[in-house]
Amino acid sequence: MALDVMAEARSPIPLDVAFRVEPGEVLALVGHSGSGKTTLLRTIAGLWRPVRGRVTVNGTRWLDTVAQVDLAPHRRRLGIVFQNYALFPHMTAAQNVMAAMDRADPREAERLLDLVNLHGLSDRMPAQLSGGQQQRVAVARALARRPQVLLLDEPFSAVDRATREKLHAEIIALRAHLKMPVVLVTHDVNEAQLLADRMVVIEKGSVVRAGSTAQVMADPDALRAMGIREVAAMLPATVAEHLPDGLTRLDAATGPLFLPTVEGAPGTRVHVRVMAHEVILSRARPEGLSAQNILAGRVTRVVPGVGPGVMVHVTVGDHEILARITRRAAEQLHLQPGDTVHAILKSMSVARDHVARARDTAPDLKQVTR
Amino acid sequence: MDWTALWLSLRLAGWTVLFLLPVGIVMGRFLAYRQFRSKGLVEAVVMLPLVLPPTVFGFCLLVAFGRNSPVGDLWQSLFGHQLVFSFEGLVLASIIFNLPFAIQPAQRGFEAVPAELREAAACCGMSPLRSLWKVELPLAWPGLMTAMVLTFAHTLGEFGIVLMVGGSIPGETRTIAISIYDRVQAFDGQSAAIMSAVLVTISLFTIAVTFWLSARLGRGLS
Repeated sequence: MALDVMAEARSPIPLDVAFRVEPGEVLALVGHSGSGKTTLLRTIAGLWRPVRGRVTVNGTRWLDTVAQVDLAPHRRRLGIVFQNYALFPHMTAAQNVMAAMDRADPREAERLLDLVNLHGLSDRMPAQLSGGQQQRVAVARALARRPQVLLLDEPFSAVDRATREKLHAEIIALRAHLKMPVVLVTHDVNEAQLLADRMVVIEKGSVVRAGSTAQVMADPDALRAMGIREVAAMLPATVAEHLPDGLTRLDAATGPLFLPTVEGAPGTRVHVRVMAHEVILSRARPEGLSAQNILAGRVTRVVPGVGPGVMVHVTVGDHEILARITRRAAEQLHLQPGDTVHAILKSMSVARDHVARARDTAPDLKQVTR
Repeated sequence: MDWTALWLSLRLAGWTVLFLLPVGIVMGRFLAYRQFRSKGLVEAVVMLPLVLPPTVFGFCLLVAFGRNSPVGDLWQSLFGHQLVFSFEGLVLASIIFNLPFAIQPAQRGFEAVPAELREAAACCGMSPLRSLWKVELPLAWPGLMTAMVLTFAHTLGEFGIVLMVGGSIPGETRTIAISIYDRVQAFDGQSAAIMSAVLVTISLFTIAVTFWLSARLGRGLS
């Protein structure tokens, strides 16, 4: 049930993009507003038609401008979560969910609302729900359609940060059970890195870089469009111990990491997003330093960028972390591939929403698609 | 009190609303959602009955419905009596001169439905007809309600056009507005006053019911 998309257009924005999403895979379309990412999503949904384009789902053509195929949106079996949710204001949460079903089934609506943690709120009108709750109804409604493709259009941008973190965790929990291709449109690189398997970075309607999240995040050129300060590595780790001083010890392949409280019982697997510009490199193992995390590793690559900075790839254990330092510093340290270095990471430099639960440890949920 | 005239007026208004509701839905929705080059022209034509003097408009309809016109001729051959000076002719005229009252508020009503909700309806698998029934009509309802009330009230009160097209045949074309005029001509001020008061009461009642309904509908949504 793979999704193939190709779209070309000149107006209202230039567009020349093609990508493929495998079943169960989350692809993030990342770009600034006006880059064309939402237009792409609308093309998949049939809400917009490019001059030239093709959308096939599992071999079925939804759109083929050459063959004059253009299925109306209501004939495309897709679920979509709009940026502002677009809940029907005159229907209760349950009625909103049932509106997307072929045959209204209150018990199924109840089950889907339970799935998105909205137990007991099925009779509420959208106006009586918080932003986060509305977003969950929108997700349940999208799933009620039994979609072959799930589309998420900036679904976390209209809620506050705390709610967003919670919703991220819920989506990660949910996605282990989503068997269809998922396309997430976002301008938030952190969100893309936490939620997506692959990323397509779009700028002015063209693909700057496409690849696995790790590949794209490690490529300064790919992220120039989004801002070099977004470059980061993802480090898998396991919650080991909550310490009385408010720190959590994580065990990573790179050694122990001490971070401000990470939610989750010991044994919970998480991903830590280590921002490249927060990492300090040292030739010798430093002593008398306040930073709690000192990881010994080996330089694999030193990639100069356009500006005064270089990106140093350091392998620590089986994993790679990235350090963005100045060209001047790299020269002073004579950093060469193969050299041993110590990567230093301040505990407090890892933001709370940069730690996400790994999705294979998601709480057990019933199958969403059948 | 001319009860026959009142009943005739109410029947006329009822039929007009019945016929204009679907017209208002189709045309209002069309004008609200579609962009086309001659949209301004269409909107202007729809509004024309508002600005034309009723006697002029009534005269135009009289000529258009008359026995020498294609419409009048067709009617005569189909039903065996002429269209002008008949109740049916009055209903037809009433439908035409009420077009702006039915279409304009309906158009505003449909314009108030966010495009995103219609897209969401389509993405929920709803066909355009189902989307109209489940999403658009419930949300455009205040506009449609206004359209129907305005049409009803305006039909009750219309004088010039009714007189031109229908004359004043008791039980056939004499509406309450015309009956009031007749009573005044006959120096029967008391009857005129009573009928006027009845008309005012009915109008007030309809408007009040509309406001109450739209307030009740609006409460659940915001």
